[in-house]
Amino acid sequence: MNDSQRFTKTTFTQKKESREKWVKVLLFMVTLMMALAVILLVSFLVHKALPVLSLNFFPDIPRDLMSAGGIWPAILGTIYLVVLSLMVAAPVGVMAGIYLNEYAKDNWLTRLINLAVINLAGVPSIVHALFGLGAFVMFAGLGESVIAASLTLAVMTMPVVITSTREALSAVPMSFREASWNLGVSRWQTIRGVVLPNSISGILTGVILEVSRAAGETAPIMITGAAASITFRQGETVYYLLGEKFMALSYHLYYTSMGWKVPDKLPNPETGEMVPMTQAALEYAQAIPYGTAVVLLGVVLLFNSVSIAFRYYLRTHRKW
Amino acid sequence: MQLQRSKWKAFSEGLIEWTIRVSGISAVVFVFAIFIFVFWEGKGLLFSDDFSISELLTSEKWDPTHTPPSYGAARIILGTFSVALVAMIITVPFSLGGAVFISEFCGPRLKEILKVVIELLAAIPSVVWGFIGLKITSVYMKELGADAGVSLLNGAIILALMSMPIIVSISEDALNAVPDSYREAAIGLGVTKWQMVYRVLLPGAKNGLLAAVLLGMGRVVGETMAVLMATGNADNNPFSSDAPFLDLLVSVKTMTATIAKEMGDTVNGGDHYQVLFLLGVLLFSITFIVNLTAHLVIHGVKRK
Amino acid sequence: MVAGTPKLNVDSLRAWYGSEEVIHGISFDVRENEIFGIIGPAQSGKTTLLKIMNRTLEFTSGSRMGGLVEMDGEDIYHIKDVYGYRRRVGMVAPLPVGLPLSIYDNVAFAPRSFGMKDGEELDGLVQKCLEQAALWDEVKDRLDSLGTKLSGGQQQRLTIARALSHQPEVLCLDEFSIAIDPVTTMKIEDVLKDLRKEMTIILVTNLVQQARRLADRTMFMLNGEVVEIGDTEPMFSGNAKQPKTNAFVSGDFG
Repeated sequence: MNDSQRFTKTTFTQKKESREKWVKVLLFMVTLMMALAVILLVSFLVHKALPVLSLNFFPDIPRDLMSAGGIWPAILGTIYLVVLSLMVAAPVGVMAGIYLNEYAKDNWLTRLINLAVINLAGVPSIVHALFGLGAFVMFAGLGESVIAASLTLAVMTMPVVITSTREALSAVPMSFREASWNLGVSRWQTIRGVVLPNSISGILTGVILEVSRAAGETAPIMITGAAASITFRQGETVYYLLGEKFMALSYHLYYTSMGWKVPDKLPNPETGEMVPMTQAALEYAQAIPYGTAVVLLGVVLLFNSVSIAFRYYLRTHRKW
Repeated sequence: MQLQRSKWKAFSEGLIEWTIRVSGISAVVFVFAIFIFVFWEGKGLLFSDDFSISELLTSEKWDPTHTPPSYGAARIILGTFSVALVAMIITVPFSLGGAVFISEFCGPRLKEILKVVIELLAAIPSVVWGFIGLKITSVYMKELGADAGVSLLNGAIILALMSMPIIVSISEDALNAVPDSYREAAIGLGVTKWQMVYRVLLPGAKNGLLAAVLLGMGRVVGETMAVLMATGNADNNPFSSDAPFLDLLVSVKTMTATIAKEMGDTVNGGDHYQVLFLLGVLLFSITFIVNLTAHLVIHGVKRK
Repeated sequence: MVAGTPKLNVDSLRAWYGSEEVIHGISFDVRENEIFGIIGPAQSGKTTLLKIMNRTLEFTSGSRMGGLVEMDGEDIYHIKDVYGYRRRVGMVAPLPVGLPLSIYDNVAFAPRSFGMKDGEELDGLVQKCLEQAALWDEVKDRLDSLGTKLSGGQQQRLTIARALSHQPEVLCLDEFSIAIDPVTTMKIEDVLKDLRKEMTIILVTNLVQQARRLADRTMFMLNGEVVEIGDTEPMFSGNAKQPKTNAFVSGDFG
């Protein structure tokens, strides 16, 4: 018996190994299928949206009963929502995260807060919408408006900020805090001087995620102030007052795909006579919801990619 | 050199710390406020003589705009749970398989890539998923011979895709939490990797996996836009047709979609408005219990 | 032997973590400008004792203390300005901790937090502290680089420089040589011999011979109690009053 023969595999071992290989291939296929399904769906959306995807689509207002023109009022409304909700959710969320990680002792109140954060993240978006309707629209008297919808979104997205703030803070080693306390530096100065500078980028990734969530949500805004369309005179600068109803990308996508039908005929601008739409105009009109979906998806994925890239950068550029 | 903390500095620090504490407690306030406000808006109807909870939960007749109105949400509740159930049946095998693959069977580079893909998937807004359900999958359902494109099955497929990222990522965390020494001990005994997964990892991580499935379930039950757009939102009972158990191809209503769809047509403070808030209370309670259970299941693991 | 006035007076000191008592009523005093060595095996309460000295035990949740600690005759637990008090005690932890700031900012961190403005005065203070910690010559050309990127021995000297930056009256060192090389250890020991002219030093050490080289008086702690306090030399030359001390010093247990 020579050396190579001594180490040949028994049939039992061979069987075991081939089964293992099959499991691996199977699991890989499963994972691949999920990824592939999504890639296919997204490319289909982009393909269908091609007729409207031009630079004109973004800065233009909807025209001809929304069958032509662009989606600027919706983009602007989404920007309003994101900025306003961020102005509330970011400071309160970051401070709540600081409280939980830096100040909270291990007692019943802390456990209650933790439980509340977890549940806040799990409350269905439509229940947040009902809360927004009851609390901000009705009780606070804000009416169906940008501000009511933004506040609703702020409450809804706050757990995202709280959780990522906590994660970023707890990544800063305890020894840094102790060293600073030993110097007679106060708790808050320690947080400001040592902890925050080394976790601010991690906190920012959470804030970016909040932006992405706020931009994509539909249910919370559809009963707190989102409007299907708003009349704008041509040439007028588009802006919203805080107490006004507004358009938003997510709601625009819902409305143009569910409630709205492409009109058969349009009034001729000169004679006022109803004339059938041209083939090109019809194709354009039908592509508007797809275009809106692609823009919304693009915005959300962009923010998430930035957040992910940020995290990778941080991981490779640690200061300790 | 006399270094003294100034009074003003001490005062402003106290103010900052006080604000931080208040913010920390705000999360609790919000959760209570959500429940109270949603309950408050619906309580008038709840305690009125024309309304009974048993009718809401058992009657199949939902006709809130008729006079006299009927508030029977049984079909809506059945619709909610049947969509969620079918979605979970579709997604759980795929998600757990994916989690095992990512955690145990793939190299570090592929792992990073897949985790990024899953994170991006989780970010896709539900209205976009609903749009996909409405415009893409429903078309294929029709081509494959279904009468209506938008249906229980169509909605469940969309929800399955939607809930996959959350189940995969929490399951993967649960698998990661199993100590490496278990893996090494099992491999040291000469079992194959698959046997190790099956005999050691899955039992070791079962609480975390259960929590992942529960959280996925909570998300699916609470999902609004995707089901509103992908299930057709018609008032049918999936159990009472000719199909043996559950008619997958029938269009159903869910609690979330009903609230979203009908709230715009109600008179603020009217009975219809109030009954929708009561559905909200029910929904809030269900997801609260599901999330709490998931939390306790995970917490149980940590205590060990 | 240095016979100074008492700087610190500790009387019937006890400490608990939760329900577990870790220090069981100990009393001793530390004299001005002496190096006071504390030796003892692990888990004997030495680190807890130091945390009580600079009032940072209260950051550990579930901890409590009882008894009296006086500095210059004043009960330190009745001083209102706790940050001002902590500044009077410098603390060097076992593992070197460079804060993730520049070398300059590491040393300037504490003075700034008490309101010192940037300028010549601060520059001078930073240089003085780094010189006292025998680190100035090695880092004077790269004060802007990160403190965390220094070697372990350099970081430990940076920690000492930082502890000196708030001009303490008492300097506590907790097993400072545990993670650094012997050459750096000797450098720091020389630093300490110089520093004792300006301040009182409490040296908790894992190296019995280090206490012998440096300390004027030494305290031997075991399981949260004081076994013996006395002049260093007799204690280490086999003339300790307690047999346990002799056994520990000669390496029979610990």
